[in-house]
Amino acid sequence: MSLVTVQLFASYAESLGRPTITIPLEAGGTVRDLVENIRSLPGAYVLPESPRVAINRRFASPDQLVDSRDEVALIPPVSGG
Amino acid sequence: MRRVAIVSREITPAALIAEVQSAEFGAISLFVGTVRDTNDGRSVAAIDYSAYTEMAESELEKIIAEAEDRFGVAALVVEHRVGALALGDVSVAIAAAHAHRGPALDATRFVIEEIKTRVPIWKLEHYIDGGREWVDPSQGRGVISA
Repeated sequence: MSLVTVQLFASYAESLGRPTITIPLEAGGTVRDLVENIRSLPGAYVLPESPRVAINRRFASPDQLVDSRDEVALIPPVSGG
Repeated sequence: MRRVAIVSREITPAALIAEVQSAEFGAISLFVGTVRDTNDGRSVAAIDYSAYTEMAESELEKIIAEAEDRFGVAALVVEHRVGALALGDVSVAIAAAHAHRGPALDATRFVIEEIKTRVPIWKLEHYIDGGREWVDPSQGRGVISA
Protein backbone atom coordinates (compact mmCIF):
# COMPACT_ATOMS: atom_id res chain seq x y z
CA MET A 1 0.00 0.00 0.00
CA SER A 2 1.31 3.42 -0.91
CA LEU A 3 -0.05 6.94 -0.76
CA VAL A 4 -0.61 8.86 -3.98
CA THR A 5 -0.95 12.65 -4.02
CA VAL A 6 -3.57 13.80 -6.52
CA GLN A 7 -3.94 17.40 -7.71
CA LEU A 8 -7.46 18.72 -8.15
CA PHE A 9 -8.59 21.68 -10.22
CA ALA A 10 -11.62 23.85 -10.93
CA SER A 11 -14.98 22.16 -10.20
CA TYR A 12 -13.30 19.07 -8.69
CA ALA A 13 -11.18 21.10 -6.25
CA GLU A 14 -14.26 23.08 -5.29
CA SER A 15 -16.48 20.03 -4.77
CA LEU A 16 -13.89 18.03 -2.82
CA GLY A 17 -12.90 21.14 -0.90
CA ARG A 18 -9.14 21.18 -1.46
CA PRO A 19 -6.48 21.44 -4.17
CA THR A 20 -4.73 18.13 -3.37
CA ILE A 21 -5.80 14.82 -1.86
CA THR A 22 -3.75 11.86 -0.67
CA ILE A 23 -5.19 8.50 -1.68
CA PRO A 24 -4.09 5.01 -0.56
CA LEU A 25 -3.41 2.64 -3.44
CA GLU A 26 -2.38 -1.03 -3.48
CA ALA A 27 0.96 -1.84 -5.15
CA GLY A 28 0.29 -2.34 -8.87
CA GLY A 29 -2.79 -0.14 -8.68
CA THR A 30 -4.08 1.47 -11.86
CA VAL A 31 -5.73 4.77 -12.74
CA ARG A 32 -9.08 2.96 -12.52
CA ASP A 33 -8.29 1.73 -8.97
CA LEU A 34 -7.21 5.21 -7.94
CA VAL A 35 -10.45 6.77 -9.21
CA GLU A 36 -12.50 4.14 -7.37
CA ASN A 37 -10.66 4.98 -4.12
CA ILE A 38 -11.34 8.69 -4.66
CA ARG A 39 -15.08 8.03 -5.06
CA SER A 40 -15.51 7.39 -1.31
CA LEU A 41 -14.54 11.01 -0.48
CA PRO A 42 -17.19 13.63 0.31
CA GLY A 43 -17.84 15.74 -2.79
CA ALA A 44 -16.68 13.03 -5.20
CA TYR A 45 -20.23 12.79 -6.62
CA VAL A 46 -19.02 15.47 -9.04
CA LEU A 47 -16.78 12.93 -10.84
CA PRO A 48 -18.20 11.49 -14.06
CA GLU A 49 -18.10 7.76 -14.77
CA SER A 50 -14.61 7.96 -16.29
CA PRO A 51 -12.89 11.17 -15.25
CA ARG A 52 -9.77 12.13 -17.18
CA VAL A 53 -6.58 11.54 -15.23
CA ALA A 54 -3.14 12.91 -16.04
CA ILE A 55 0.07 11.20 -14.99
CA ASN A 56 3.25 13.22 -15.25
CA ARG A 57 1.35 15.84 -17.28
CA ARG A 58 0.01 13.41 -19.89
CA PHE A 59 -3.48 11.99 -20.19
CA ALA A 60 -3.49 8.43 -18.86
CA SER A 61 -5.60 5.39 -19.76
CA PRO A 62 -7.68 3.61 -17.06
CA ASP A 63 -5.29 0.64 -17.15
CA GLN A 64 -2.12 2.68 -16.65
CA LEU A 65 -0.19 1.86 -13.47
CA VAL A 66 0.18 4.58 -10.86
CA ASP A 67 3.35 5.02 -8.83
CA SER A 68 3.42 7.06 -5.63
CA ARG A 69 6.20 9.21 -7.14
CA ASP A 70 4.07 10.14 -10.18
CA GLU A 71 2.61 13.62 -10.60
CA VAL A 72 -1.09 12.73 -10.70
CA ALA A 73 -4.01 15.03 -11.46
CA LEU A 74 -7.74 14.68 -12.01
CA ILE A 75 -8.73 16.76 -15.02
CA PRO A 76 -12.28 18.20 -15.06
CA PRO A 77 -13.93 18.81 -18.45
CA VAL A 78 -11.76 21.49 -20.05
CA SER A 79 -13.21 24.80 -21.21
CA GLY A 80 -10.32 26.92 -22.42
CA GLY A 81 -10.44 29.22 -25.38
CA MET B 1 9.53 30.71 -34.13
CA ARG B 2 7.47 28.51 -31.85
CA ARG B 3 6.28 29.61 -28.44
CA VAL B 4 3.41 28.82 -26.06
CA ALA B 5 2.57 30.47 -22.75
CA ILE B 6 -0.05 30.57 -20.07
CA VAL B 7 0.01 34.20 -18.94
CA SER B 8 -1.62 36.19 -16.17
CA ARG B 9 -1.23 39.56 -17.89
CA GLU B 10 -3.08 41.18 -20.78
CA ILE B 11 -2.55 39.59 -24.20
CA THR B 12 -1.51 41.93 -27.01
CA PRO B 13 -2.40 40.22 -30.31
CA ALA B 14 -0.23 42.62 -32.34
CA ALA B 15 2.81 41.40 -30.41
CA LEU B 16 2.11 37.82 -31.54
CA ILE B 17 1.89 38.98 -35.15
CA ALA B 18 5.24 40.71 -34.82
CA GLU B 19 6.73 37.55 -33.35
CA VAL B 20 5.85 35.31 -36.32
CA GLN B 21 6.35 37.94 -39.03
CA SER B 22 9.15 37.29 -41.51
CA ALA B 23 9.88 38.15 -45.14
CA GLU B 24 9.74 34.45 -46.03
CA PHE B 25 6.02 34.33 -45.15
CA GLY B 26 3.26 35.75 -47.31
CA ALA B 27 0.48 35.07 -44.82
CA ILE B 28 -0.10 35.51 -41.12
CA SER B 29 -3.30 34.16 -39.58
CA LEU B 30 -4.38 35.46 -36.18
CA PHE B 31 -7.14 34.00 -34.00
CA VAL B 32 -8.25 35.99 -30.97
CA GLY B 33 -10.73 34.67 -28.42
CA THR B 34 -12.50 37.21 -26.21
CA VAL B 35 -14.88 37.12 -23.25
CA ARG B 36 -18.50 37.16 -24.50
CA ASP B 37 -21.39 38.77 -22.62
CA THR B 38 -23.79 35.81 -22.84
CA ASN B 39 -23.59 32.02 -22.52
CA ASP B 40 -26.47 29.54 -22.60
CA GLY B 41 -28.86 32.48 -22.55
CA ARG B 42 -27.41 33.92 -19.33
CA SER B 43 -25.80 37.34 -19.10
CA VAL B 44 -22.14 36.96 -18.21
CA ALA B 45 -20.50 39.56 -15.94
CA ALA B 46 -16.93 38.20 -15.92
CA ILE B 47 -14.93 34.96 -16.22
CA ASP B 48 -12.21 33.50 -14.01
CA TYR B 49 -9.83 31.32 -16.00
CA SER B 50 -7.63 28.79 -14.24
CA ALA B 51 -5.18 26.18 -15.51
CA TYR B 52 -2.98 23.28 -14.62
CA THR B 53 -0.23 25.47 -15.96
CA GLU B 54 2.61 22.97 -16.39
CA MET B 55 0.44 20.45 -18.23
CA ALA B 56 -1.38 23.15 -20.22
CA GLU B 57 1.91 24.45 -21.58
CA SER B 58 3.06 20.91 -22.30
CA GLU B 59 -0.18 20.13 -24.21
CA LEU B 60 0.10 23.40 -26.12
CA GLU B 61 3.66 22.47 -27.13
CA LYS B 62 2.39 19.14 -28.45
CA ILE B 63 -0.45 20.83 -30.33
CA ILE B 64 1.80 23.29 -32.14
CA ALA B 65 4.23 20.46 -32.98
CA GLU B 66 1.25 18.59 -34.50
CA ALA B 67 0.22 21.74 -36.39
CA GLU B 68 3.74 21.99 -37.81
CA ASP B 69 3.59 18.34 -38.93
CA ARG B 70 0.12 18.70 -40.48
CA PHE B 71 0.36 22.10 -42.12
CA GLY B 72 4.08 22.82 -42.41
CA VAL B 73 3.65 25.92 -40.27
CA ALA B 74 6.90 26.52 -38.40
CA ALA B 75 6.03 29.98 -37.06
CA LEU B 76 3.33 29.58 -34.44
CA VAL B 77 2.78 31.44 -31.19
CA VAL B 78 0.01 30.79 -28.65
CA GLU B 79 -0.83 32.69 -25.48
CA HIS B 80 -3.71 31.81 -23.15
CA ARG B 81 -4.56 34.07 -20.24
CA VAL B 82 -5.62 32.99 -16.74
CA GLY B 83 -7.06 35.00 -13.86
CA ALA B 84 -10.04 37.35 -13.65
CA LEU B 85 -11.09 38.59 -17.10
CA ALA B 86 -13.68 41.23 -17.92
CA LEU B 87 -16.10 41.28 -20.86
CA GLY B 88 -14.23 41.80 -24.11
CA ASP B 89 -10.84 40.88 -22.67
CA VAL B 90 -8.63 38.67 -24.83
CA SER B 91 -8.48 35.17 -23.35
CA VAL B 92 -6.45 33.48 -26.09
CA ALA B 93 -4.45 34.51 -29.14
CA ILE B 94 -2.89 32.29 -31.80
CA ALA B 95 -0.66 33.56 -34.62
CA ALA B 96 0.55 31.33 -37.45
CA ALA B 97 2.69 32.33 -40.41
CA HIS B 98 3.35 30.48 -43.65
CA ALA B 99 4.40 31.23 -47.19
CA HIS B 100 0.71 30.84 -48.21
CA ARG B 101 -2.65 31.61 -46.59
CA GLY B 102 -4.16 28.09 -46.58
CA PRO B 103 -1.77 26.46 -44.11
CA ALA B 104 -1.69 29.60 -41.92
CA LEU B 105 -5.51 29.65 -41.65
CA ASP B 106 -5.76 25.88 -41.15
CA ALA B 107 -3.14 25.95 -38.37
CA THR B 108 -4.91 28.59 -36.28
CA ARG B 109 -8.22 26.74 -36.62
CA PHE B 110 -6.59 23.45 -35.66
CA VAL B 111 -4.88 24.94 -32.60
CA ILE B 112 -8.01 26.57 -31.15
CA GLU B 113 -10.12 23.42 -31.70
CA GLU B 114 -7.47 21.27 -29.98
CA ILE B 115 -7.23 23.75 -27.07
CA LYS B 116 -10.95 23.32 -26.52
CA THR B 117 -10.72 19.54 -26.19
CA ARG B 118 -7.42 18.78 -24.45
CA VAL B 119 -5.67 21.69 -22.77
CA PRO B 120 -6.35 21.76 -19.00
CA ILE B 121 -7.83 25.24 -18.68
CA TRP B 122 -11.17 26.01 -17.00
CA LYS B 123 -13.70 28.81 -17.07
CA LEU B 124 -15.72 29.87 -14.04
CA GLU B 125 -18.43 32.16 -15.35
CA HIS B 126 -19.97 34.84 -13.14
CA TYR B 127 -23.42 36.01 -14.20
CA ILE B 128 -25.20 39.33 -13.92
CA ASP B 129 -27.88 37.60 -11.79
CA GLY B 130 -25.23 36.75 -9.17
CA GLY B 131 -24.85 33.06 -10.05
CA ARG B 132 -21.66 31.32 -11.05
CA GLU B 133 -20.95 28.14 -12.96
CA TRP B 134 -18.00 26.02 -14.09
CA VAL B 135 -18.38 25.75 -17.84
CA ASP B 136 -18.61 22.15 -19.04
CA PRO B 137 -18.81 21.97 -22.83
CA SER B 138 -19.22 18.17 -22.61
CA GLN B 139 -22.61 18.72 -20.91
CA GLY B 140 -23.60 21.75 -22.91
CA ARG B 141 -23.67 23.65 -19.62
CA GLY B 142 -21.91 23.92 -16.28
CA VAL B 143 -21.67 21.13 -13.75
CA ILE B 144 -22.00 23.16 -10.59
CA SER B 145 -24.45 26.00 -10.08
CA ALA B 146 -24.44 28.41 -7.22
